[in-house]
Amino acid sequence: MSKPKVAFFDFACCEGCQIEMTNYGAEPFLELLKHVEIVEFREAMTETTTEPIDIALIEGSFTREADRARLMEIRKRAKIVIAYGQCATTGGINALKNHQTDYKQFVYGTDSDLPHLDSKKAYGVDHVIKVDYYAYGCPVNKYEVLQILLHLLHGKEPVIPNYPVCVECKRRETVCRFDEGDYCMGMVARAGCGAPCPAAGIPCEACRGFVDDPNLAAFEKVLVERAGFTPQRAAEKGRMFTANALEAS
Amino acid sequence: MTSTVHIDVHHLTRVEGHGNIIVNVTDGAIEKCEWQVPEAPRFFESMVRGRHYSEVARITSRICGICAVGHTLASVKATEDALGIEISEQSLKLREILKHAENADSHVLHAYILVAPDLAGAPSVFPLVETMPDVVARALRLKRLCHEWGSLIGGRTTHPTTVVPGGMAEVPTNKQLAELKQKLVAAVPDLEATVETVAALAPSIPAFDRPTEYLALSSDDAYAVYAGEIQSVLPDGTKQRYPVADYRLVTNEFVVPQSTAKYTKNKLDSYAAGALARFNNNYDMLVPEAKKAAEALGLQPICTNPYMNTVAQVVEVVHSVYDSLRLIDELLETGVKLEPLAQPTKHGRGIESVEVPRGILFHEYDYDAEGICQGANCIIPTNQNHNNIQHDFNVLVPQLLAADKSEDDMELALSMLVRAYDPCISCSTHVLDVKFVR
Repeated sequence: MSKPKVAFFDFACCEGCQIEMTNYGAEPFLELLKHVEIVEFREAMTETTTEPIDIALIEGSFTREADRARLMEIRKRAKIVIAYGQCATTGGINALKNHQTDYKQFVYGTDSDLPHLDSKKAYGVDHVIKVDYYAYGCPVNKYEVLQILLHLLHGKEPVIPNYPVCVECKRRETVCRFDEGDYCMGMVARAGCGAPCPAAGIPCEACRGFVDDPNLAAFEKVLVERAGFTPQRAAEKGRMFTANALEAS
Repeated sequence: MTSTVHIDVHHLTRVEGHGNIIVNVTDGAIEKCEWQVPEAPRFFESMVRGRHYSEVARITSRICGICAVGHTLASVKATEDALGIEISEQSLKLREILKHAENADSHVLHAYILVAPDLAGAPSVFPLVETMPDVVARALRLKRLCHEWGSLIGGRTTHPTTVVPGGMAEVPTNKQLAELKQKLVAAVPDLEATVETVAALAPSIPAFDRPTEYLALSSDDAYAVYAGEIQSVLPDGTKQRYPVADYRLVTNEFVVPQSTAKYTKNKLDSYAAGALARFNNNYDMLVPEAKKAAEALGLQPICTNPYMNTVAQVVEVVHSVYDSLRLIDELLETGVKLEPLAQPTKHGRGIESVEVPRGILFHEYDYDAEGICQGANCIIPTNQNHNNIQHDFNVLVPQLLAADKSEDDMELALSMLVRAYDPCISCSTHVLDVKFVR
């Protein structure tokens, strides 16, 4: 049996999730190459392919119409599409500008009407194509990507956590940020990262997005009552990595 | 002489972000010779408006996945400048080690994964897994080391967590620092082998000289990566320093009529930023081991061959390892402990700079009395290099034509030139993409 063909593609993003793919070290990475054939990965290789792909990993947001055809072409060729990283799964940080109307003028001034600056609201790639699996996170958890690939190679369904980061903090016995006088988004944030941020003394910013059906009203109330946020700051808090979910709620 | 050439490299591979190379030559006349940038704009400077100062670096870190540490440091430093926050000596040293880790990390990736395949005649690193397994294994080992090195200090390397306004939210234990020291010492044979590999491949580096201005942070205390003043060095060795707060006067962003990408220039038509610019400005401040590596690699200041930027990166990897060992020793001497974060004392405007792998990076922010961001400006090194790349093209293309190079050879030479700059185009918060009519 030939090795499954895997390809990496990027849209509007920082490409940090690709970089994470280079951080496994020699042994895990060379072992992975024994089981899959990487056929396209623009940042690391000149080779490209127009052949069918078994697994396409897509990084980055959909932010402009010009990218629609490319996404659809990838979907047509790929048996399985994995959106990896927060930009591709939900729009991520790119969606932080979605509620603004003057962002082009603010950054590009009098040049802002030029046609190539076409950039609309940022969405995850499932705004355009069907996505089979989601690897959340900013950056993506590289070991979770590996787990998803391993499950698929073994014909198993990957398990994507749908419980809050608070669960992982409790497990590692991290003192709650609210008890340290800080704020935190862990109560509504999707776990799966292992909760490294509160353990490092900083709040969870929900970089993996919200759990399904988060209680945002209670979340805002806690920000005001326990972290001393103004109601406006509490209402805006969810824009950083979860702007699209906030708009939809 | 080659008379007709049509090169259209759409989305150049093995660079971070999206760039195109277009060269049209008909009957010996160069009709078009351009470096284009079609990256999707992302509007970070607009995004940070209205955000609390504690969130701003976490947002602007996301400008770039390779220089996330540098963007975080520049951002946090500028915020500290704006809010009148003084950090401790310990925080300063930890951040310097983190900055070294990022430069080494990115340089290892660039030299081994992005550039070496060209010099070894391969389209990517993957065929080299079979033909040069030791070199590929060493590359992955070094990449992993740099990742662990940065992660110990920064929490992680892609979008670090621990660097916050006021200091460090978490610090490594003395035991962890001592272990990092051991890992770095154990990597010295890999470093030496890297210098040997690059020295062996060096004859494949194209000979091309175009004297230009080189801009980098500079300091009397160290080979500047975390802090310093802006310094320019001209090909004749003339140096001039400028305060970081005057960065707009040095970068002079401007729009050119044939392209809407914002360019920068200072004293000459263009200037270069990056490892070679730092080497040319600050050679004297390199540690002896790095100077020895430079000698082995045939690199001397002032080097005006842009292809040698990759070689300068290898010299910097050596410097970063040894300078980090020094910093770790200093920290272990006093012992590292978790310190309370320094608090804001004022509000207003702050401007700061660090040296990221690709060159000098500037961040500027305004904050109101509540610590809410009112505005931002970020000027990234790849933007500063676009103009210099274009000027290199203008000189290199006629030389390649005169040397009777084939279209394929020319395409490779131009692709390798762009790759040598290690452009980081996702970073380009100011780059406007351009659609040309052919």
